[in-house]
Amino acid sequence: MAEAESARAVRACEARNDALTEPRLVRLGIIALAVAFLTVFIVLPLVLVFAQAFREGIAAYIAALADPEAQSAVVLTLTVAAISVGLNLVFGLVMAWAIAKFEFAGRTLLISLIDLPFSVSPVIAGLVFVLLFGAQSALGAWLIARDIPILFALPGIVLATTFVTFPFVARELIPLMLQQGTQEEEAAISLGASGWRAFVRVTLPNIKWGLIYGILLCNARAMGEFGAVSVVSGHIRGETNTMPLLVEILYNEYQIMAAFAVASLLALLAVVTLVVKAVLERRLAEGRRQRDH
Amino acid sequence: MTIEVRNIVKRFGAFAALDHVDLKVETGELVALLGPSGSGKTTLLRIIAGLEWPDEGDIRFDGEDALQQGAGERHVGFVFQHYALFRHMSVFENVAFGLRVQPRAVRKSEAAIRARVHDLLDLVQLRWLAERYPSQLSGGQRQRIALARALAIEPRILLLDEPFGALDAKVRKELRQWLRTLHDEIHVTSLFVTHDQEEALEVANRVVVMDKGRIEQIGTPAEVYDNPRTAFVHAFIGESIVLPVEVRDGRVRLGASDLDLAADGAASGPSQLFVRRHDMDVGPVDSGVLRGAVRRVRTFGPVQRADVALTSAGGETLIEIDTPRDRRLAPGDVVGLHPRRYRIFAAEA
Repeated sequence: MAEAESARAVRACEARNDALTEPRLVRLGIIALAVAFLTVFIVLPLVLVFAQAFREGIAAYIAALADPEAQSAVVLTLTVAAISVGLNLVFGLVMAWAIAKFEFAGRTLLISLIDLPFSVSPVIAGLVFVLLFGAQSALGAWLIARDIPILFALPGIVLATTFVTFPFVARELIPLMLQQGTQEEEAAISLGASGWRAFVRVTLPNIKWGLIYGILLCNARAMGEFGAVSVVSGHIRGETNTMPLLVEILYNEYQIMAAFAVASLLALLAVVTLVVKAVLERRLAEGRRQRDH
Repeated sequence: MTIEVRNIVKRFGAFAALDHVDLKVETGELVALLGPSGSGKTTLLRIIAGLEWPDEGDIRFDGEDALQQGAGERHVGFVFQHYALFRHMSVFENVAFGLRVQPRAVRKSEAAIRARVHDLLDLVQLRWLAERYPSQLSGGQRQRIALARALAIEPRILLLDEPFGALDAKVRKELRQWLRTLHDEIHVTSLFVTHDQEEALEVANRVVVMDKGRIEQIGTPAEVYDNPRTAFVHAFIGESIVLPVEVRDGRVRLGASDLDLAADGAASGPSQLFVRRHDMDVGPVDSGVLRGAVRRVRTFGPVQRADVALTSAGGETLIEIDTPRDRRLAPGDVVGLHPRRYRIFAAEA
C-alpha cells in the first residue's frame, strides 16, 4: 500500500520533471548550438593565434619576440598597466568607500558617472585627451612650453588607459561594500581602533577577493586597450607603441607571423586571466555563502 | 560610571529623531530604552556610544564631557543588533580585537591577551568555540560572542542595541535571564534598547519609555506598568482597554451617559479612559458603571478572555477583558462591568 503510494509519488515527480524539460533531441540541439558557437567564435580564433605565431617554428617565434620593438612594446605595456591599475586601485577604493559608507548629495549621480568609461567609445576618450593636452589647447601649450610631454608619451597613454579601465575596481567593490554595511567598522572603532586600523584589519579583509577580482579585470583591459591609446600614443616606433598597437603595425606591414607572436602574448594573458578569474569567482561565492549563513 | 544625557537634540533632515532628551543613569544600573521603532531609542544609544553626534546638548560620563572624545576613547562596549562580528576572524580573534588595537604603550602581552580572551569566553560559556568563525555559530552564540568582545576592553559602560531582537523566542528568553545574571556579576552600568516591553520589564532595573524622540516616562518596571504617566505609556505597556470619554466638571461621560466615576482631577474636555484588561470587574447587569453583551469567550491557562460589546449610548464598542476562570461567562450573557483601576488622559489632539 505504502509502496504503491510512494511509487505513484515518484512517477508524479518524474512527470513534473518532464514537463520542465525539453525533449532529448531539442536539448541536444541547443547544447550543440552553444558549443558550436563557442568553438567558432572563441576557441578557434584562440587556437589560430597560436598556430600562426608558431607557423615558422619556435626559433622564429622567439626571434620575433626578441625584436627591440617588440621588447619595448612589452615593457611599455607592463609599465602602463602597472601605473593604471595602481591608480585605479586607489581611485576605485576611494570611490567605493565614499559611495558605500557615506550619504551625500550627488551620490547617485556619481554612481552613474562611474560607468561612463564603459558607455563611451575608447576613441572618443582618446580624443578628449588630445583636445585637453594638445598644442592647440591652453593647458597643452602651457605644458609643452615647460617641456612636460603628455601626448605621444607615457603620461598620455597612462591617462587614456586609466580612464578606460576606471570602472572595474569601483564597480566590483560598491555592491560588496553596500551589502556589508558599516557595522563592522563601527564595532572596530568603538573597540578603540583608529580609522586606518579599522580599514586595514576589518574593511580590507572583507573586500579582499572582490578587490583582487577587480584588479584582475582592470589589468586585462589595461594591457589590451587599443582605441584610446591609439589616439594619444602617436605610434612612435620603439617608444610609444604598446603591444596591441604593435600588433596592428606589424600586421599592416605584412609581418603576419611577428604580429601573431606578439598577439599570442596578449592571448596568453587572456587565458591566465580567465583561469584566475574562475578561481576568484569561487572564492567570492564561498564568501557570500558564509555571509548568508 | 554615571551617564548624564542633557537636552540632546538630533535631527535627520527635517525629522527630529531626538527632541530635547534628558536622562540620568546611575552607576551599576541596568536600564532599558523602550519604545516603538522610530522613537529615537537607538539614536540615543548611538550618541552615547559616540557613533553618532547630537546637534545640541551634552553627554557626561561621571561629570566629564564625553562629546570631547571619539567613540574609541570613550571605553564604551557596544553590542550591535546584528552582532557585527568580524566575519573573517575567528571567535578568539574577534574577542581579542579590542585588546590588540590598543596603543603599544598600554597593550597587554600576547600571553595576557590570551588569558583575558579565555576568561571572557568562559564568562559567556563558549570557550569551546574559540577557533570557529562567526558564520559557523548560531544566533544566540553570536550574540554572546559580541558581548564578550564588547567586554574585552573593560568598558565603563555597556550599550546593547536590540540585543535579542534577531533571536527566536526561546533563545531570547534564555539570553534575557543570562544577561540579567551576568549584569549582577559584573555590575557595569548598562543601557539596552528594545521594542519588546516584556524584555524591558523583566530585565531592567529602570525603564525609559520613549516615543517620537521624547522620553514619556522613566521609572521602575512596576512604576511604568502600574502608574503610566501618559496615554502613550499606558497603551504601549501592557494591554489596555481604551474608551473615548468626555470629562466635564469632574464627571466622566461616555456618549450621553454619565459614568459614576471620579475624574481623578483630569481636566475638562475630550479624554480617554484607560483600563487594564484584568482590572475590569464583571458582575450582574446593574453591578457596574458599564453594561455589555458577551460575544465570544476563550479560555487558556489561568484566564478566561471575553469579547464584550459595550452597549453605551454612542453605539457598540467591542472590548476584550480578562476574568478568572471561575467567573463563568457564555456568549449572549449581559453583564455589568466596573473598572477597578483606571486612568484618564486628555485625548490627543
